[in-house]
Amino acid sequence: MAQTRINRGIGYKIADVLIYIFIGLLSLICIVPFFHVVSVSISGNEAVLSNKVWFLPHDVTFQAYKTVLGDPSMMKSFGFTILITVLFTLLGLALTICAAYALSRQRMKGRSVINTIFVITMYFGAGMIPEYILMDSLNLLDTMAVLILPLAISAYNMIILRTAMQAVPASLEEAASLDGCGDFRILVQVMLPLVIPTLATLALFYAVGRWNSYSDALYYIQSDNLKPLQLKLYNLVAAAADSSALEGDGGQTAQAEEVVKSATIMFATIPIIIVYPFLQKYFVSGAMVGAVKE
Amino acid sequence: MKTQTNMAAPAVKRKKGFMFYLKRDWELYALVVIPLIFIVVFKFLPLLGLSIAFMDYNPILGFSGSKFVGFDVFRQMFTSPDFYVALRNTIVLNIFDLICGFPMPIILAILLNEITCAWYKKLTQTILYLPHFLSWVIISAIAYQLFSPSTGIVNIIIGAITGTGESALIPFLTEKWHWAVMYILLAVWQSMGWGTIIYLAAITGINSDLYEAADIDGAGRFGKIWHVTLPGIKPTIVVMLIMALGRLMGSNFERVQALSNTNVTDFSEVIATYVYRVGLGANKFNISTAVGLFQSVVGLVLVLLSDRVAKALGENGLV
Repeated sequence: MAQTRINRGIGYKIADVLIYIFIGLLSLICIVPFFHVVSVSISGNEAVLSNKVWFLPHDVTFQAYKTVLGDPSMMKSFGFTILITVLFTLLGLALTICAAYALSRQRMKGRSVINTIFVITMYFGAGMIPEYILMDSLNLLDTMAVLILPLAISAYNMIILRTAMQAVPASLEEAASLDGCGDFRILVQVMLPLVIPTLATLALFYAVGRWNSYSDALYYIQSDNLKPLQLKLYNLVAAAADSSALEGDGGQTAQAEEVVKSATIMFATIPIIIVYPFLQKYFVSGAMVGAVKE
Repeated sequence: MKTQTNMAAPAVKRKKGFMFYLKRDWELYALVVIPLIFIVVFKFLPLLGLSIAFMDYNPILGFSGSKFVGFDVFRQMFTSPDFYVALRNTIVLNIFDLICGFPMPIILAILLNEITCAWYKKLTQTILYLPHFLSWVIISAIAYQLFSPSTGIVNIIIGAITGTGESALIPFLTEKWHWAVMYILLAVWQSMGWGTIIYLAAITGINSDLYEAADIDGAGRFGKIWHVTLPGIKPTIVVMLIMALGRLMGSNFERVQALSNTNVTDFSEVIATYVYRVGLGANKFNISTAVGLFQSVVGLVLVLLSDRVAKALGENGLV
């Protein structure tokens, strides 16, 4: 960046080219698998069976997507996952905002104690069975609420937002306070507009976290209509993994399913790929704050 | 600190009761109380359930009906060969995770920093961050497709390169040694890009005068990386290393569970999956809880120890 422009030898240029190529290759490794899965998902069965599909589709057809879209249980699960993701993100943001604002105020008595209570949860957990028993005794097993409430506040995200709020100049708050604003109004009218980038980051973290996890659903959910998309995909993958472990080849039927499976994978991935670029400009700064905890 | 914040109260009385602050800042306490309830209910209440680890727990009888047995459950745990397999796998896989996964973001960040072409840097960064946002289920689904011995594109390409024209039939994910390597590599793939963010931020914070001074001293590109960039990000590296060491006993349930299959359980059974299998699978709640507690306690000790070490080395540490 701040390198002064002095003449550089040929060695420097070669190193430059090598670095560009290396980084380019790594990026390709990150993106090429998707090209393959997308290609398989929109290729004809025949072409996939004869291993013709590499990184470009063959005999393009959207039949697999029609199959996935025509599967009512898949579509229901898709809708349900969107619903819990939205509710989870809203609740998570609300709780995080409340806690982070209060704990970012120096004058609040007892804030270090409350802070410590939050931080402890980052380093010590009770484990699966105690949590399972708690969900059972709260009558949360096999309900939608169990996928929303327990993980709704994360100490990690709270610290990210608290740090962002602490960075807002105190003079702004004091001015509002002299005008007779209470904390509620300062929070809504002064603070929140100033931390929108951080809020966007946290919204992404909460939403992606909920969208991607399946372990809690695996532990707590029995009913088919309460299974999130990732759990359905997990069941599909686990079955495929074990059958490929048995291998003999997997046979023709397993191969024919590849196309539909690829379409299902894309189906579960596309929402993230759509949201991701819009939030990317925000999350880098947010992730930085989070990594360097106070 | 008192003087700048205590606008309303004159500094006559130094000590004030908690009621005074509760009344003055009631809005703050009102804000914090609901998140606090969530934390207490969902994170602290389960700690009571840890008592199961000391009971001959019967799920039907519950806490009150079950007998207290002291450390019997732990004795059972420490005599079970399965537990040692899970413990060994957890530690060995984590050590390899650390060896392979830790340096990668540092190297990548330094190289990305050498890229001066803005659009190329932005594009590659965007792509490199993407895998971080994919669930392990999706990564596993894609991996099983790409690396399948007979139908996977990777084996087909290897076959084409080696000239047989047939699939190379390498059991990337279905033979335990291959699987262990893939397990590590897939995590490197997933997290290398995201991990660079923190180091890139640290590099940005390095005083540019240092680079100019190095230029004047005739330092080459590598010289500047070695003598300026690396020392500049050393504190960050140390903090990240502490955090990584603190995680040596942890395991990512979703990652192992999604990637494993029946052929590789010798290596893929880690503490997290063992807890799941013994607990919810075989309904041995007390053993599962004991194993979980063991993992949590050792993990906590590791975090505190590495924090101490970092502070002794003159670094900032975690808290």
